[in-house]
Amino acid sequence: MYEKDGEKYFVVDSHMHYWNAAPDNWVPGAEQYAKGWIECFHAYQGLGPPETHWSIEHFQKYSEDDLMKDVFEDGHVDVAVFQPTYLLEWYKEGFNTTERNATMGEKHPGKFIYNTRFDPRDGDMGLKQLRQDVERYGSKGVKLYTAEWNNGSRGYKLSDPAAYRFLEAAQELGIKNIHVHKGPTIWPLDKDAFDVADVDHAATDFQGLNFIVEHVGLPRIEDFCFMATQEPNVYAGLSVVIGGLMYARPKFFAKVMGELLFWVGEDKMTFGSDYGIWEPKWQVEGFVDWDYPSDEFSDYPRLGTAGKKKILGLNAAKLYDIEVPAELQLSADAGEPAARDDAALVDD
Amino acid sequence: MLRWLMTKGMTASAGSDVRSATAGLPARADRSGRSGGSPPRENVLLAALQTVRDPELDEPITSLGFVTLCTVSGDGDAQVRLRLPTYFCAPNFAFLMVADAYDAVSALPGVRRTEVVLEDHFASDAINGGVAAQSGFAQSFDGEAVSELHGLRADFLRKAVMAGTDQVCRPLLAGGANPARLLELTLGDLPPSRPLRRLRERRAELGLPAGDDAPLIIDPVTGERVSEQAVPLHLRRARVTRISIEANGGICRGMLRHRYDSPGLGEEEQQ
Repeated sequence: MYEKDGEKYFVVDSHMHYWNAAPDNWVPGAEQYAKGWIECFHAYQGLGPPETHWSIEHFQKYSEDDLMKDVFEDGHVDVAVFQPTYLLEWYKEGFNTTERNATMGEKHPGKFIYNTRFDPRDGDMGLKQLRQDVERYGSKGVKLYTAEWNNGSRGYKLSDPAAYRFLEAAQELGIKNIHVHKGPTIWPLDKDAFDVADVDHAATDFQGLNFIVEHVGLPRIEDFCFMATQEPNVYAGLSVVIGGLMYARPKFFAKVMGELLFWVGEDKMTFGSDYGIWEPKWQVEGFVDWDYPSDEFSDYPRLGTAGKKKILGLNAAKLYDIEVPAELQLSADAGEPAARDDAALVDD
Repeated sequence: MLRWLMTKGMTASAGSDVRSATAGLPARADRSGRSGGSPPRENVLLAALQTVRDPELDEPITSLGFVTLCTVSGDGDAQVRLRLPTYFCAPNFAFLMVADAYDAVSALPGVRRTEVVLEDHFASDAINGGVAAQSGFAQSFDGEAVSELHGLRADFLRKAVMAGTDQVCRPLLAGGANPARLLELTLGDLPPSRPLRRLRERRAELGLPAGDDAPLIIDPVTGERVSEQAVPLHLRRARVTRISIEANGGICRGMLRHRYDSPGLGEEEQQ
C-alpha cells in the first residue's frame, strides 16, 4: 500500500521476476547467450534513476531477502504476480521458472501469485505439464513468448490451431489471464515478433480469457492500440512503459500514456514493475506524482487519482480475484473512468 | 560478431539475396558497384552510410550512433563497423542494416572491396556460417527470410509514411486547418520543409504518389485518397504511429548509451 496526500493506493505488481542468471546457472556451451541475455536486461535498468542501478553481479542473482525488501518493504507492493521465463537452453535450472518462484513464494503466504507458462509446440507433453503446474501452483495466469525459438521453429502465433488447443485447455483448467510478451526482442529471427494480430484473433474467440499484452507491443504501440480498442478483453501491461520511459524519456512517456489512455483507457491498463529490471518503489511513487508535463498534451484524456488507483492495483486485483481492503477500494463516486469521448478524435 | 563480408567476386551470389529481399522497392543506391578511380574520402563513406536507415526507427544509422568505424585504404578497401543497443536486437533489422550499409559503401566509385562488421550480437554464428559458405542471409535460413524481410521493410516504410503524415499535418492543424481542408491539399500546396521532403521520399520509396499534385492524405497501402469520414481516425493513427517510433528510438538510444561510453560517428541527439 502506498499513501500520498491522504490517498491510499493498493498496489499489485502484475509483472515481476525472481531469477538466477549468475554464471553458476549457465549451461555449458551456451554461456554467451546466458551472459548476453542478462546484460541486455541490465541495460534496461540503465533507463531508471541512477540511484536505483545495481552492479551486474547483484543483478545476475539477487536474494530472497533483496526481493522482499525491494518489492514489499520499500516498494509499496501488496501482491506480486510472478511471471516465469524458462530459457532452459541457456540456464541450467531455468532463468525464472514457476517452480523457483513458488519455492520462494510459499514462505510468504498471500504475497504472491504464481503464473505458469506453456508452449503449443510442446504438444501433448506440454498439455500434461500445464495441467500439473496449474494443479500444483494454483496458477490463474500464464506468460507466453510467441517469438521464442523451439526445436527449429522460430515462433508461433496465438491464432495457430495448436495454440487454440492450449488456450482451450487453459480455460478448462481455470486459467483466466494470458500475458503475452509483445515487446522487446526475445529470440526472434526473421519472424515478426511484435505483430499483435494473433492476439486479436484469440481474444475474439476466447471471450472468457483476458489477454494482457505486456510492454504494449513496443515497438508497435500503434498496432496494439488499434487492436485493443476493439477487443474488450485485451489489456495493456505497462511493464517497460513506466520503467523504461517515465524517468529516461518523460516527454515520450507522457505521449505514450496519453495514447494508451485514449485508445485503451484507464480500466484496462495494469502496472508491472518488471522487477528485478527495475525496483517498484520509484515507479509507484513517480506514477502517483505523474501528470502531463505541459499544455502540449491538453487533448489527451486526464489521469486522476481514481485512474491511478486502478492502474496501480485495482484492475489487476479484479483480474486475479485479489481481495482489496475496503479502505483501499474506490469510493462509490470515484468509480467512473474518464469518459473516452472527453478526447475528441481530432481537435488538434 | 556478426559479419557480412563480400568481395566484388562474391556479390553475384550473395548480393542477389539482398536484392530479392527488397524486390519491388526502388534501390536507394546503385548496387552494382564501380571499382575504377581513386578511393573516396572517409567523409564520403560516412555520407553514404547516412543514407542507411534503421528500418524500425526510420533514422540514419549514423545519427543513431550505430557506426563506430568507417575507413578506406589507398587501395580502395573499405571497412565499416556497426554496433547496436543490445546483444539481442532483432536480427532481421540488423541484417537489413548491415546489407544496406554494404550496398551503400560498395556502390561508391573507387571502392574495391567492402567489409561491414556488426559487433557484439547474438546471431554471429548463423550469419558467419552463411558468409563462410558464400550464401546470403536468405539461403542461410532456408530461404524463408526473403519474403519476410521484404514485407518487413515495406511495413515499416508505411509506418514511416504515417508518422511523416503526422509531422506534416500537426502544424497545419495547430494553425487552424480542419480535417476537411487537409483532404483538399496536395503536396505541392505545402511550403518546403524537412518533414515534407522526408514524407515525399518515403512515399516515393514505396511507389506511392509523391509529386506536387499528389494528395497530402493517402492510404499508405493503396495510395488512394482517404475518405472524409475516415480522416479523423487516420490522423489519430498517424500520431500514435509517430509516438511509437519516437518512443522506441528513445529507448534504443538509452540502451546504446548504457552499453557503450563513446558516441558513434555522426551520432546526433534525438530531436
